Amino acid sequence: MTTRRLFRFLDSRTGGAGAIGKALRYVFPDHWTFLFGEIAMYSFLILVATGTYLALFFEPSTAHVIYHGTYAPLHGQEMTRAYASAVNLSFDVQAGLLIRQVHHWAADVFLAAITIHLMRIFFTGAFRKPRDINYYVGLTMLVLAVLEGYAGYSLLDDLLSGMGLAIGNGVALSIPVIGGQLGTLIWGGRFPGTQDFFSRLFFVHVFLFPVLIGTLMAVHLALVARPHHTQFRGRRRREGNVVGTPLWPAYALRSLGLFFATAAVLFLLGGLVQINPIWQWGPYEPYLGTNGAQPDWYLGWLIGALRLMPHFDVVIGNYTLIPNPFWGGVLFPGAVFGFLYLWPWIERRFTGDRAVHNLLDRPRDNPTRTAIGSAVFTLVAAVFFSGSADRAFVQFGVPYEDQLWGYRALVILLPIAVFFLTRRFCIRLRDRGAHPARESGARLVERPRFKGRSRGTDPA
Amino acid sequence: MKTIWRYLVAGVLLRFSKKRTVHRERELPASTRAETWTAILLFAAALAGLAFVAIYAFADANTQLLGLSIAVSLALIAAALILAASQVVPQENLEEPRPSFAQPNHDADGPKNHDIRGFSAHQQGEEAALVVREGADGVTRRRLLGAAGAAAGVGLGAAALVPLASLGPAVGDRYAESPWKDGVRLVEENGMAVKVDDLEVGSFLTAFAEGADKEGLASSLAVVRVRTEELELPEDRADWAPEGILAFSKICTHAQCAISLFRYPLFSERSPGPALVCPCHYSTFNVLDGGQRIFGPAVRPLPQLPLRIENGTLVAAGPLSGEVGASWGRVREEG
Amino acid sequence: MPSRTRRPGRVRRPLMLGAAVLLAGFAIAVWGQPPHDSTGAVAATPESTEGRALFEESCSSCHGFDGKGIKGQGPSLIHAGEAAADFYLRTGRMPLGQVGDEPLRGEPRYSNSQIEALVHYVGLLGDGPTIPNVDPSQGDVAEGMELFRDSCAGCHAISGKGGVAIGGYAPPLGESTPTEVGEAIRVGPYLMPRFNEELISPKQVNSIAAYVKLTQEPEDAGGFGIGHIGPVPEGLVAWLAAIAALLLIARVIGERLGGSRADDEAEEPR
Repeated sequence: MTTRRLFRFLDSRTGGAGAIGKALRYVFPDHWTFLFGEIAMYSFLILVATGTYLALFFEPSTAHVIYHGTYAPLHGQEMTRAYASAVNLSFDVQAGLLIRQVHHWAADVFLAAITIHLMRIFFTGAFRKPRDINYYVGLTMLVLAVLEGYAGYSLLDDLLSGMGLAIGNGVALSIPVIGGQLGTLIWGGRFPGTQDFFSRLFFVHVFLFPVLIGTLMAVHLALVARPHHTQFRGRRRREGNVVGTPLWPAYALRSLGLFFATAAVLFLLGGLVQINPIWQWGPYEPYLGTNGAQPDWYLGWLIGALRLMPHFDVVIGNYTLIPNPFWGGVLFPGAVFGFLYLWPWIERRFTGDRAVHNLLDRPRDNPTRTAIGSAVFTLVAAVFFSGSADRAFVQFGVPYEDQLWGYRALVILLPIAVFFLTRRFCIRLRDRGAHPARESGARLVERPRFKGRSRGTDPA
Repeated sequence: MKTIWRYLVAGVLLRFSKKRTVHRERELPASTRAETWTAILLFAAALAGLAFVAIYAFADANTQLLGLSIAVSLALIAAALILAASQVVPQENLEEPRPSFAQPNHDADGPKNHDIRGFSAHQQGEEAALVVREGADGVTRRRLLGAAGAAAGVGLGAAALVPLASLGPAVGDRYAESPWKDGVRLVEENGMAVKVDDLEVGSFLTAFAEGADKEGLASSLAVVRVRTEELELPEDRADWAPEGILAFSKICTHAQCAISLFRYPLFSERSPGPALVCPCHYSTFNVLDGGQRIFGPAVRPLPQLPLRIENGTLVAAGPLSGEVGASWGRVREEG
Repeated sequence: MPSRTRRPGRVRRPLMLGAAVLLAGFAIAVWGQPPHDSTGAVAATPESTEGRALFEESCSSCHGFDGKGIKGQGPSLIHAGEAAADFYLRTGRMPLGQVGDEPLRGEPRYSNSQIEALVHYVGLLGDGPTIPNVDPSQGDVAEGMELFRDSCAGCHAISGKGGVAIGGYAPPLGESTPTEVGEAIRVGPYLMPRFNEELISPKQVNSIAAYVKLTQEPEDAGGFGIGHIGPVPEGLVAWLAAIAALLLIARVIGERLGGSRADDEAEEPR
């Protein structure tokens, strides 16, 4: 049989057949929420593929040209080559606009998929030992992905991206002590910066960050596979085993199916739904602005934070120590990511649970964690939605100023309410479980021990 | 040199693993002289690294000197490592069985003895740590070597990081730079002088400093005209707005978006007064009192430009009242 | 800045009707009084007579019988000009439901001939901008985009979809006719600054009107335009369409058919 001969050929030269054989029998637990990360991974693959194509046409240059291309309303306008090449890519390169739109939709979906994947990991306790390192790897990819997306849409040098860069520079300047120098280092001088800055932005977007994200993704997958997947509790499922579908054949086909489904959705959107029509925004100059400028969704929480923040600086004598954009642009995201990075440690510290966990919690199984996580996500969501208050005003007519005060109240009150409600709801749900004998609150669980590894018992 | 070798230890590893049946020879050199020389080389490498930093900062970053200093630093580290490899650390000769690819019984279960399951096998962690520790057996002046290694790391690290400073210029006064001073003419985007008669009450116009780069942050102005009787300028700015014409920096003091929104109420009794608004975070500045913030996250007032009229055109009567653009660590709060 | 605005785009009809009834009653009550001195300045042509009657009936409670405005109620219309009257009346922004409300677009309250009479009358009050003759086909859309970007996008957004003006609202221009665009430029209604012929020439107004027309039917080379307001609806589509669809797909394929669900429910005894 040819398959057998192929593997014999490979094995006698690489010794890899054993590993391949093992990998083919790698077991994936059956749960649909385990696919969120795969959606993110497949979006990334599509980003790399479409981005490679785009890079063949895009010119990251700030040299000025007068536009005389296909799109008549821009005729005679002065613009950078970067913007002009992006417009040409959209109008004159056949299939260029499709690929550009798929790339942009894929970026939005990539970040969204990472976000729900992170929520799944958080609320099921999948970040616990032995997977805490991998959780940090994943969080780091999220940070990089946000920056990568920002760099990407900033490159086009249209009106929206220029305004985004102006704010980014303002936020960089707001960092105490080093801010001013940091700004001139990154931008090669004062905003709007030099050609060097655009070259750097391009390099970061098409090489540095994709390579970092790709490398971390490989590490991420290796660290998932090494201790094998987590699984929810259930029949025959123990700390020491994994029950589910093996990679070959069913899971491989299932996952490939998901890849093609992801690609299908992205290309469907890319072909039918317009995203970032830069020809409608026009080119950017530092003295130009448009009402209702917004960043892509994954930075919406930062524009929300910048707008919600009351106006105060920290001033020493006559000099500003901490300018206002610091609060919303640096401190807020720093605190949110700080919380996410520190959470495994916080949980270990306060529950004393240092055991290895391969079985997942359902969110209700750990009401306190679920409640705290829900409160934090609610806070971020409230700030996020406040970022679109200006569009909400235009669409629905609630005055912007009133909305601002409403959101300020919501940002404080809603997370508190969500904390208590979630906690109560989880406890009730848990207590109503299939085992009425289980006492409320007590989670002292005696589990069979497996050689050398002990399943944690929560000291209640 | 061979007289220095003191020990010959064979098969030490047998104490950990019953599985291991390999042959092992081991000598512990314990040469204090070699250790001292290694440390000296490392400290010298640190100095050479710092020399690179000094040349970058003070000797005008002379290419030849930079290359020389960093090469010396790297070469010294190379020498230190080679010396240490042969005369400081234990000398071993170990036999390792080769993995066999062609074993007929090499099945899907795989060889179990290579497995290091981090979370399952406590002993394997111990063993790895021991292997690392053994690497320093017989080394006597560990603290000195540690310090020398750290110094070399710092020197080389500094040399590696310092070129990052080339990315951008030092801050200096660049955030306070502005083309505006007494006598600079205001021009429109097309380069024509701004004529007073073109502006009526309620007008809004973007102007630039004549001859300056329009993209320069401090160059662009929002010029507006209000009724003179509406003005509430502070006393020291009483003559800054001839015929009710006011000029402000067009760059928001919050996050430096362009202030491209001028709100001029037709009936000021019933709606808030004339103001400039930044469309990014909706910071709002009152034009009547000299650009004080009335809404939004900005803190500093919008810098105002004193104006005077020459031959029916607008001319700056002095510099802007404050620094243009976002606040940063050295910006003066009062402007 | 505490300023109340009501829902743009939705006119409070009951309130406005009530106000109209009140106004009408007020007008009837003062009908018998002798005409105000200063209104005598307006020449009594047949058109102006109708306009004056309408004005006194419907506008004078805020703008005064002489059109000079009433403190705290409404501004003087002496120099408002025909352009202002035409703009406010044809876009239904006047009369206001309530003094102090933000004038918002709605159905015009008067017939065409009534509007013409009122416009004529307001034009006679004093010199002000006349109704501009705007023809987008004479304009250059590229020049229009550049001018719009420089002078209009800060409030109305580059896509003409409207925006926040703090204390008010910069309306979307989706329904604006070329004439209204020209009038608004000259008049500067409500919070808007005004631009005279020196700042924006009549030819340039044509160009801006041409660009506004473009924003009403933008070139959507990329497909469905989802409102042309940028990343907010894009984010909604990413989450509510793409992610929702992919989660649905994940839900369908994520489990062995008929398999693991039951396994999940059947918990090990704890």
